[in-house]
Amino acid sequence: MLHEGVRTCSGCGASLIAKLVLKAARKPVVVVSATGCLEVATSILPYTSWKVPWIHNAFENAAATASGVEAAYKALAKKGLIKEVPDIVVLAGDGGTYDIGFQSLSGALERGHDFLYVLYDNEAYMNTGIQRSGGTPRYAWTTTCPAGEVLKGKLEAKKPIALIVAEHRIPYVATASPSEPHDLIRKVRRGLEVEGPAFLHVICPCPRGWRFDPSLSVEVARLAVKTCFFPLWECRWEDDDMVLELTGPSKLIAEVPELKLPVEAYLAIQGRFAHLFRPKRMEPLIRQIQADVDANWKLLLRRAGMA
Amino acid sequence: MARVEQRRIGMMGDEAVAYAIKQVEPDVVAAYPITPQTIIVERFSDYVADGLVRTEFVAIESEHSALSACVGAAAAGARAFTATASQGLALMWEILYIASSMRLPIVMVIVNRALSAPINIHCDHSDAMGARDSGWIQLFCENCQEAYDTAIQAWRIAEHPDVQLPVMVCLDGFVVSHTLEDIEVLPDEVVKEFVGERPLVRVMGHEGEVPYRLDPTGREPLSMGTFAMYDLYFEYKRQQEEAMRAALKVIEEVGREYGELTGRYYGLIDQYKLEDAEVAIVGLGSSMGTAKDAADELRDEGIRAGVLRIRSFRPFPTETVREALKGVKTVAVMDRALSFGGPAGPLMMDMATVFYGLKEGPTMLNYIYGLGGRDISTDDFKAVAQDALRAAEEGVEGLPVKFVGVRE
Ligand SMILES: Cc1ncc(C[n+]2csc(CCOP(=O)(O)OP(=O)(O)O)c2C)c(N)n1
Repeated sequence: MLHEGVRTCSGCGASLIAKLVLKAARKPVVVVSATGCLEVATSILPYTSWKVPWIHNAFENAAATASGVEAAYKALAKKGLIKEVPDIVVLAGDGGTYDIGFQSLSGALERGHDFLYVLYDNEAYMNTGIQRSGGTPRYAWTTTCPAGEVLKGKLEAKKPIALIVAEHRIPYVATASPSEPHDLIRKVRRGLEVEGPAFLHVICPCPRGWRFDPSLSVEVARLAVKTCFFPLWECRWEDDDMVLELTGPSKLIAEVPELKLPVEAYLAIQGRFAHLFRPKRMEPLIRQIQADVDANWKLLLRRAGMA
Repeated sequence: MARVEQRRIGMMGDEAVAYAIKQVEPDVVAAYPITPQTIIVERFSDYVADGLVRTEFVAIESEHSALSACVGAAAAGARAFTATASQGLALMWEILYIASSMRLPIVMVIVNRALSAPINIHCDHSDAMGARDSGWIQLFCENCQEAYDTAIQAWRIAEHPDVQLPVMVCLDGFVVSHTLEDIEVLPDEVVKEFVGERPLVRVMGHEGEVPYRLDPTGREPLSMGTFAMYDLYFEYKRQQEEAMRAALKVIEEVGREYGELTGRYYGLIDQYKLEDAEVAIVGLGSSMGTAKDAADELRDEGIRAGVLRIRSFRPFPTETVREALKGVKTVAVMDRALSFGGPAGPLMMDMATVFYGLKEGPTMLNYIYGLGGRDISTDDFKAVAQDALRAAEEGVEGLPVKFVGVRE
């Protein structure tokens, strides 16, 4: 579905995620991309990486564009001009989702268009050179929240985007990691099967922006899950109630809490957190990150009825 | 094509547009309300609610998204329509360029309204002028009848294989949008036949020649909205310009064909008593109706006045305008918008090029009028024409820009 030779950096999580998502599709699929690394790296004229019909419109309007594509196919099918409405998959980064694209996403979810929105979350605006987004985690370094003498990276916590999306009461919301490809593929399929909008939030390691060796991408994603920095779950609405279930390694950790690794294991291998460890260890900041992770994890356990 | 039986209905400009769009029945309408365009969205919603159209109506959360959805819909091979005004058009700005550069034949009605600040809901042309260079065809209407007629013709122009560009149909806020007029409408089936189904052009994609759309079967994939560097981008722009030039002919052809059907002929410009005119008033939109009345009164007073209304502002019909103004002594160019700090108003800047480099040409003066809905009367137009005549006799230096009806 995606030609080999994609011009992303080596170790890029985004192209890996795109490949897995497209692998999961069983019907014809049309892809809508928001502006960002994946879009740029896959469509440099006169080449394209896309074996499927693909459209990019702008940065903040992937969900609105998908709304139009979906409405068009519905109308053409009504008139008998096309036989079947294909699956529609949006691929957008965190900037295009948490921040500038949030309005168009929220509107499309409320209207109930039938598409799967995949957020590949590399936790910063990577295409423009690693700037902070609403998805950047606390104390991470980016070029617009650098680690300086006074300020130590981003001061604010990561926006809980998947839960915010879930509160739109759409049929299906899930999180996934490229380190758990089977879990990811199953969730893509589930998201495509449901009637109406589905949202898949995928953690997307970025060697350039997170400052780690490109060979470690999958390992970094795995540690994000194992430390509960990025837990895996899925959620649907039943009888006006949110039914949230942990999946894969996260479910296991919920059952066997000793398996949960300290977040430091995840932080220490990424240069974007280096200022927390060098020149001297910033214990309170590391503890704050651990507290964030624990609080979020506790909230999820409660929602999953496993607290 | 034979002349068809038409019905007369009393409708406001906005209603006339909604009615035309109901008859065209585009596949997707995505729109957001804003005064004075709102009635279009509301009436169309009624048609949807009453099951009179099969259109997918997307009551979307912003104008930016409205046009974005139209881009998606048109790329999927559908007919897409939206309408807006003022702040809404300003919000769309980014996507205007994308729609035209992706060569998507979207039709959008603009109900011209001033831009904030101060916030103002009344007519001027600042909104459309902000979209002047965005690669959209811009057709300005004088009245409700023309708004109806143009909202039908626009599809044929946009979708013509030599054009493949989006079309903006502009009508003046309140003066046209909210003014009741007896208009002649075609039977539904005649409109349907006139616009037909959207023809898809074929393009060379990475897997050979394919129809220009996001193929729902996935068998003929295209990548749309790609990334181009300095090695290819320029050629895209050059082709857009070619398409604009081609549109000049297509607008006339479609106008002629529509005229045969309805008896109402439209072209690139609308000429009123220009044949023997010594002074011509040139402008856009509804106030040219007032200018025509002024021309009549001036003629009663022995001044040979005429009016040239530009219908196609983009593409700009330079040669047609030059031809129409041949022999005219002096021209009053009316601008209902400002280009702050520019050499003149936006229409004047175009008009100044019409006779550029030629030995002979009329005297030209620029008059800025009607901003934020400020009224302009026949007397104002008469005074403008007389001023332009006087200037021609006395001789002018450079390019005088004057303001009509403003406190100094
Ligand atoms: C309206 C607008 N503002 C800014 C930009 C510049 N820009 C292009 S991509 C990008 C960041 C994309 O970040 P993200 O969505 O996180 O995707 P990534 O590049 O990380 O894959 C920015 C700021 C733009 N293209 N459009």
